[in-house]
Amino acid sequence: MSKITLAINLCNIQLGNPVILASGILGVTKALLKRVSENGAGAVTIKSISKEPREGHKNPTVITFEAGMLNAVGYSNSGVEKALEEFTNLQDVGVPVIASVIGTQKEDFVYVVERLSHTKFSAIEIPLSCPHTPGFGLLAGQGTPQATFGITSEVRKVTKLPLFIKLSPNIPEICTVAKAAEDAGADAITAVNSMGPGMIINIEARRPVLDFKVGGVTGDALRPIAIRCVYDLYKTVKIPIIGVGGISTGRHAIEMMMAGASAIGIGTGVYYRGIDIFKKIREEMVSWMQENGFDDINKIIGAAND
Amino acid sequence: MIEQPIMTRIIDIQEESPKVKTLFFEYKIHCKPGQFIMVWLPLLDEKPFTLAYIQKNLLGISVLKKGTFTNALHNLKTGDMIGIRGPYGNGFHVQHPINSCVIGGGIGMASLATVAERLPGVTIIQGTRTATEIIYQKRFHKMKLCTEDGTLGFKGTTVDLLKEELKKQHFQKIYTCGPEIMLYKIVKVCEMHGIECEVSLERYIKCGFGICGQCDCSGQRICIDGPVFCIKKLQTMEDFGKTTLLKTGERVAINNKIH
Ligand SMILES: Cc1cc2nc3c(=O)[nH]c(=O)nc-3n(C[C@H](O)[C@H](O)[C@H](O)COP(=O)(O)OP(=O)(O)OC[C@H]3O[C@@H](n4cnc5c(N)ncnc54)[C@H](O)[C@@H]3O)c2cc1C
Ligand SMILES: Cc1cc2nc3c(=O)[nH]c(=O)nc-3n(C[C@H](O)[C@H](O)[C@H](O)COP(=O)(O)O)c2cc1C
Ligand code: FES
Repeated sequence: MSKITLAINLCNIQLGNPVILASGILGVTKALLKRVSENGAGAVTIKSISKEPREGHKNPTVITFEAGMLNAVGYSNSGVEKALEEFTNLQDVGVPVIASVIGTQKEDFVYVVERLSHTKFSAIEIPLSCPHTPGFGLLAGQGTPQATFGITSEVRKVTKLPLFIKLSPNIPEICTVAKAAEDAGADAITAVNSMGPGMIINIEARRPVLDFKVGGVTGDALRPIAIRCVYDLYKTVKIPIIGVGGISTGRHAIEMMMAGASAIGIGTGVYYRGIDIFKKIREEMVSWMQENGFDDINKIIGAAND
Repeated sequence: MIEQPIMTRIIDIQEESPKVKTLFFEYKIHCKPGQFIMVWLPLLDEKPFTLAYIQKNLLGISVLKKGTFTNALHNLKTGDMIGIRGPYGNGFHVQHPINSCVIGGGIGMASLATVAERLPGVTIIQGTRTATEIIYQKRFHKMKLCTEDGTLGFKGTTVDLLKEELKKQHFQKIYTCGPEIMLYKIVKVCEMHGIECEVSLERYIKCGFGICGQCDCSGQRICIDGPVFCIKKLQTMEDFGKTTLLKTGERVAINNKIH
């Protein structure tokens, strides 16, 4: 059997494998990023940071249901200044580290991205797609083609780092939004963020369980939607796509890459299979490739599209 | 498993001290000493509490009145409902028959009570700032007590009392929970005397099941990799005794004072 390679080149970032830790999962500290890297991830993403510190929503902020997870964390984060203290000497992490930046207006994105410009982050992801935090993402109208173009082109002016724009699965015109991001200078599309918002009610308490009442749906329930989004985007944009949503096995990862993703993100899967899910997925991808006669993961990208 | 609160009725309330109340409720899921649950009050918040009583189908949490949420718990009456999810965390590895010691600082005693109950003859050290804060006096008759102001028992901290006790007897294992700086000092004493030690740590908890990363201590998630850690693991955790994360995720120094 020939040697199987999972290595990819994502916007000139060399990754040992295409399995990336999604934003908002574990990425609060550098120590946890390092632990995820030691558990086999090809790259890791920090939890989204804003200009000012944010406490986020009250608990419960994350719950699960039969087909996935519902969360409304509310973008809690220590703010860019403290984040810069936390995320120093990023080479210690062992794999490329992607920053995630949020803002309530164009100027905030620009400010935070500029503050990050002298750090060792390998790329910057901009989620314009959160469904449950007032002032950010969908609730601030950042998911429209116009807003996406506006924010992306402003941020583009202040950084040379690869720029990933993270989109919502909700919007019917996801391809139009992705095109706007590409036209404005994005280097990749991250698809997708959590969908919804959805709601779960405790019937004994007669109250929604999440303190914010509604939250983003992730996990298994999201996967078919995410696959469809990536499949459609692959035909629309020329830049690479990072496929995120409901991936928890090697088969899911291959499916997402066949839809057109150059790399894949893992979030909720960490809950289902533990912090070593990255190692597990890698091994499952390799055995599937072995059994099916593939030696290079790059040959799988978009294979379902012809 | 589905991580959602299940509503249960409070069936009994017990006063442990002027500021600590135990709430008892039914919950038919197996729980181990040292594990914790998330307690939900709809429209208010949800926070972690250790299992202070584990009896057949009956659990109890001992709540120290501290802020908004714990005040609300103190105002509940028998028959009121709370939401519970869990249990979470790894819990203590209760070992016998060896000579062991349980050391609780303040409300930390709550997480050790179920350990002490499973170890007949164990030495129990409980320390607080002042006499009125001591809990479980009826539950455990032979505790060695200490207060910082000397109003009850030995005058000084649990660390001081442990050192006194070690002049009289050797322990093979110590279980402890309390303010982190106290835990840090106890671990140092254990290292010096070659005593096996398990420590229960506290961090800000959001999800409780290992996904959000909020409860990090040097790459270990308190909610799922802990809250109980053995001395060997603690030696690899640089943040232990030094820094903690606020609700925002901001890193701050741990207060250097014992109480
Ligand atoms: C694993 C674990 C077990 C615990 N067991 C008990 C127990 O048995 N009895 C008990 O009285 N207390 C326990 N606590 C602490 C308890 O959860 C908090 O003290 C309580 O939530 C305070 O809430 P408040 O709104 O009354 O006070 P606040 O004024 O809101 O908070 C006071 C302090 O409590 C801590 N705190 C608040 N919310 C949380 C949270 N979500 N997670 C962790 N810490 C928080 C913070 O340090 C905060 O500064 C435990 C904590 C952890 C992590
Ligand atoms: C608890 C939780 C917190 C999240 N926080 C963020 C965040 O801060 N920024 C962001 O861009 N996406 C965030 N997300 C979305 C994930 O990055 C990812 O896009 C989504 O969960 C779908 O992937 P999954 O099904 O593998 O979880 C969060 C998701 C979860 C479950
Ligand atoms: S509280 Fe979320 S990982 Fe521990």
